[in-house]
Amino acid sequence: MNSVRKRDLVMLVFGLAVFGTIQGMISGGMIGSFWQLNIILICINVIMAVSLNLINGYTGQFSIGHAGFMAVGAYVGVVATTNFHLPLIAALILGAIGAGILGFMIGLPTLRLRGDYLAIATLGLGEIIRIVIMNIEYVGGAAGFKGIAHLTNFAWAYFAMLVTLFFVKNFVNSSHGRACIAIRENEIAAEAMGVNTTKYKVMAFTIGAAFAGVAGGLFAHQFYLISPNSFTFLASFNYLIMVVLGGMGSITGSIAGAFVVTFISAALASFPEFRMIIYALALILLMFYRPQGLFGYMEITNFAPVKKLLDKLSGTKGE
Amino acid sequence: MAENTKPLLKTEDVSEVFGGLKAVDDFDFYINRGELIGLIGPNGAGKTTIFNLITGVYVPTTGEILLDGESIVGLKPYEITQRGIARTFQNIRLFSELSVLDNVKIAYHCHVKYGLLETVFRMGRYFGEEDAITEQSLKLLKIFKLDEHAHEVAKNLPYGAQRRLEIARALAAQPKLLLLDEPAAGMNPQETHELMEMIRWIRSQFDLTILLIEHDMSLVMGICERIYVLEYGIIIAEGTPAEIQNNPEVIRAYLGTEAVN
Amino acid sequence: MDFLHQFIQQLINGVSLGSIYALIALGYTMIYGIIKLINFAHGDIYMVGAYLGFFGVTAAGLPILPSLLISMLVTGCLGMVVEKLAYKPLRHAPRISLLITAIGVSFFLEYAGMYFVTATPRTFPNTGLNFAFDVAGFIINGQQLMIFAITIILMAILTYIVQKTKLGKAMRAASFDTETAQLMGIDSDRVISMTFFIGSSLAAAAGVLVGVYYNTIDPLMGIMPGLKAFVAAVLGGIGILPGAVVGGIILGVIEALVAGFLSSTFRDAAAFAILILVLLVKPSGLFGKNTNEKV
Ligand SMILES: Nc1ncnc2c1ncn2[C@@H]1O[C@H](COP(=O)(O)OP(=O)(O)OP(=O)(O)O)[C@@H](O)[C@H]1O
Ligand SMILES: [Mg+2]
Repeated sequence: MNSVRKRDLVMLVFGLAVFGTIQGMISGGMIGSFWQLNIILICINVIMAVSLNLINGYTGQFSIGHAGFMAVGAYVGVVATTNFHLPLIAALILGAIGAGILGFMIGLPTLRLRGDYLAIATLGLGEIIRIVIMNIEYVGGAAGFKGIAHLTNFAWAYFAMLVTLFFVKNFVNSSHGRACIAIRENEIAAEAMGVNTTKYKVMAFTIGAAFAGVAGGLFAHQFYLISPNSFTFLASFNYLIMVVLGGMGSITGSIAGAFVVTFISAALASFPEFRMIIYALALILLMFYRPQGLFGYMEITNFAPVKKLLDKLSGTKGE
Repeated sequence: MAENTKPLLKTEDVSEVFGGLKAVDDFDFYINRGELIGLIGPNGAGKTTIFNLITGVYVPTTGEILLDGESIVGLKPYEITQRGIARTFQNIRLFSELSVLDNVKIAYHCHVKYGLLETVFRMGRYFGEEDAITEQSLKLLKIFKLDEHAHEVAKNLPYGAQRRLEIARALAAQPKLLLLDEPAAGMNPQETHELMEMIRWIRSQFDLTILLIEHDMSLVMGICERIYVLEYGIIIAEGTPAEIQNNPEVIRAYLGTEAVN
Repeated sequence: MDFLHQFIQQLINGVSLGSIYALIALGYTMIYGIIKLINFAHGDIYMVGAYLGFFGVTAAGLPILPSLLISMLVTGCLGMVVEKLAYKPLRHAPRISLLITAIGVSFFLEYAGMYFVTATPRTFPNTGLNFAFDVAGFIINGQQLMIFAITIILMAILTYIVQKTKLGKAMRAASFDTETAQLMGIDSDRVISMTFFIGSSLAAAAGVLVGVYYNTIDPLMGIMPGLKAFVAAVLGGIGILPGAVVGGIILGVIEALVAGFLSSTFRDAAAFAILILVLLVKPSGLFGKNTNEKV
C-alpha cells in the first residue's frame, strides 16, 4: 500500500526536478523567447491532450469538440482578470468551473449517442460555442478580446499541467476510472457489472471539459488577444491528433503526443501547408500500422527498466 | 424448499414483442432462495431474451418481474445489478483489452464507498478498499483456476477460461442471484465436468441462487433441481430433471426427431 | 406582404442552396450506408470537383456543361482511389480508426490542394448564366435555374441506377447487410468502389454548381458544406437516399431563413443546432426506423 504512495512521491520529485532544470535554464537566459513560448504551449497542450484522452481514450467516447471548452475557459478567465481584476489562479478555477458546467450540460444529453454520431455532435457543439462567443459583444465578438494581461508563465503552465496529470492518473487508477475504462471496453458488460454508464460518461466529459477550461485560461493569458478563431474545430483536431498519436488510453502517450505535435508545429511554423500534409499522412499511416498510437494502453511506468527504477527508488526510500 | 417462503425472483405474465415477433409469451416462473434452476429450449426459444428482461437490458412489453417481492421492471441494468442480480453473456462480453485481474476488479464497482476526492488525493478509504478489492479478486481468480493468468490480457485466454472469467467477474458483483447464459458452450466434456463442480461449489460457498441456460444436457440434468423448458417463448414443461427427461412434449419439442429415432 | 415576399424569396434561395447540400448529402448517405463511415473527406472531394470544373472552364476553355461532366468523372475516380488506398485496408479495423483516417484524408486533400492551387480564392469566369428572371416580383437567376435543372437530372439518373440496374440492387443489398450480400455472391469491393464513384461525382457536380452560384472557390471551401451535408444526411435518416435530398433542402431553407431574418453569423450554428436536436429527438432521422441492439 505504501509503495504506491511513495511512487507518487518519486514522480513528484522527478516532476519538480524537471521544473527546476527548465526554470533555471529560462532564468539563466539559455532558452530564447521562441522556445520559451513553445515550452509553455507544450504544457498547455499536455493539459488539453490528457483531458481529451480521459474522454476519448479512457472512456471511449469519441469527442472532437474539445477546443470549445478551451474557449469557455479562456473567455471566462480573461473576463475574470480583465473586467473583475481577479488573480490568475481565480481565473483558472472559474474557467474550469465554467467549462465543466457547460461540459456537464452538454454531456448529459449528447452522451447517449454512440461512436461517430457523438463525434459529429461534439464537433457541432464546439462550433456552436464558438459562434455564440462570436456574437457576444461583451467579450469583443468576432474581433476578439483585447488587452489581456500577460499573466501566464512557465511556472503556472507547468504546475497546472502537473496537477492535471496527477488528477487524471489517480482518477483512472481507481474504481471510478475503471468504470470509465469498462465503458470503453464493453458498454453492455459494464452496465451489467453495476456501472452507471451515463453517470461515468458525463463525469469523464465534465472533468475533461474542466481541465480544457484551465488550459484555455492559461492560453488566453499567454497572448494579449484571443478571438473565437483560436478555437475552431481545426484546433480540436489538433488535440485529437496528439491523443491518437500518443495512444488513446495512455497518459504518457498524451504527453508524448503533445510534445511531438507542438514541436513539429514550431519547427514547421513557416511551412503551414507542409505541416498539415505531414499531419495528414502521419495520421493515415498511424491508423494503418499502429492504430493504438505510440504507447497504446501502456504507461512509461509499465516498462520494465522504468518500473524497476521506480520500485528501487520508492523501495529504498521506505527503509 | 419450504413452501411458504417468498420466492427470490418471480415473473408474472412477462411478454416481449420485437416488431411482430413474440419472443417471450406470458412467461411465469419463480426461483426460491438457494435453488439451482435450469432454463432450456431449442435455439431461438427466447431464453436469452428472458435474461435480458430480468437484467433490465430489455423492458418487458407487458408483465411484472419481482425480486424479493419488489418490482424491478423499468430499472436500469446497473440498478438491477446493484440489487443483487449478476449475469454472464452467451456471446462472451469481457473487457477484452484489460487484464484478467482488472476484469474482476471492475465488478466490485458497486460496493466501493470511496468518493472522487478520496480518489484524487489518494486518502481516506482509498488504499484500504483498493487493497481489499485486489485481494478478493485474486481469491476469486484462484477459485476459477485463473490466478496464474491474472496479469494476462483477457482476450488472449483460451475460450473455456474466458467463460470461467465471465463467471468470476459476475461473482465479484456479489449477487444474490446469478444468471449463467450457456456457461459450457464451447467447452470439451472434461471442462464441462469441471465447470459443473465449480458451479456446485460456488453455490454453497457464496450462498447463491442460480438460474442457468444450457444446451449441454449432461450439465443441466446433472446439477439443476428444477428445469423450465421453453419453446417459441412459451413454457411447455416444468419439473425435476427426471420428469423433464420423460416428458413426451419436451422430447418432441426440444430433442426433436433425433430422440424419436 | 413585405414579410411574405421576403420569406418566399429566401425560400427560393434556400432551395437552391439546399439542392447543393442534397447532392453532397447523397454521397455521404450512400457511403455511410455501405461502410458505416462518416467520410470526413467528402467535403474536400467536393472542393476538388469545384476546382476541376474551374480549370475546365478557364484553363481548357470548355463550356460549363462539359467541364461539369469531366469534373464529375475525374472526381468520381478520385473518390474510388481514396477508398482503395485509405479505407479499404481498414475494412475490418475498428470504426474509430476508419474515422480518424477519413479526417487524415480530409486534411490531406485540403492542404495538398492548398499546396498545388494556393490558398488564394479563385473567381469563376462568367458562364453565360448571369441573367435573372423576375417572376411575380421574385428573383430567380440563371445560376439557380442551372442548379435546379442539374440537380433534378442527376437525381433522376441516380434513382434509375439504384432502382433499376443490377449495380443499384447490389448497392441496396450491401447497404442492408454487407456480409449477407457477400454471401449471396455480391462482389462487395466493387459495389463499395462504385458507391464512392457515384457519391464523389455527385459531390463534384455540387462543387461546380457552387462555383457557378457563388463565383469563388478556395481549398478549404469543402469543410463547412461537408459538415452541413452530413447534418442533412442525418436529418433525413442516414443511409436513406430520399432522406438525404429532403434533409438537404430543409437545411438549405432553414439556413436561408436564419440568414435572412436573424443574422448571417448564426447561419452555421443553425445547422449544428438542427443536428443535435435530431440526434437527441430522433437519431434515426426523419425517414429512419429506430432499431435496438441485440444483446
Ligand atoms: N433485440 C432484438 N430484436 C429483434 N429480435 C430479437 C432481439 N433479441 C432477440 N430477438 C429474437 O427473439 C427470439 C429469441 O431469441 P433468444 O436470443 O432469446 O433465443 P435463445 O433461446 O437464447 O436462443 P439460443 O439458444 O440460440 O441462444 C429470436 O427469434 C431472436 O431473433
Ligand atoms: Mg441465447
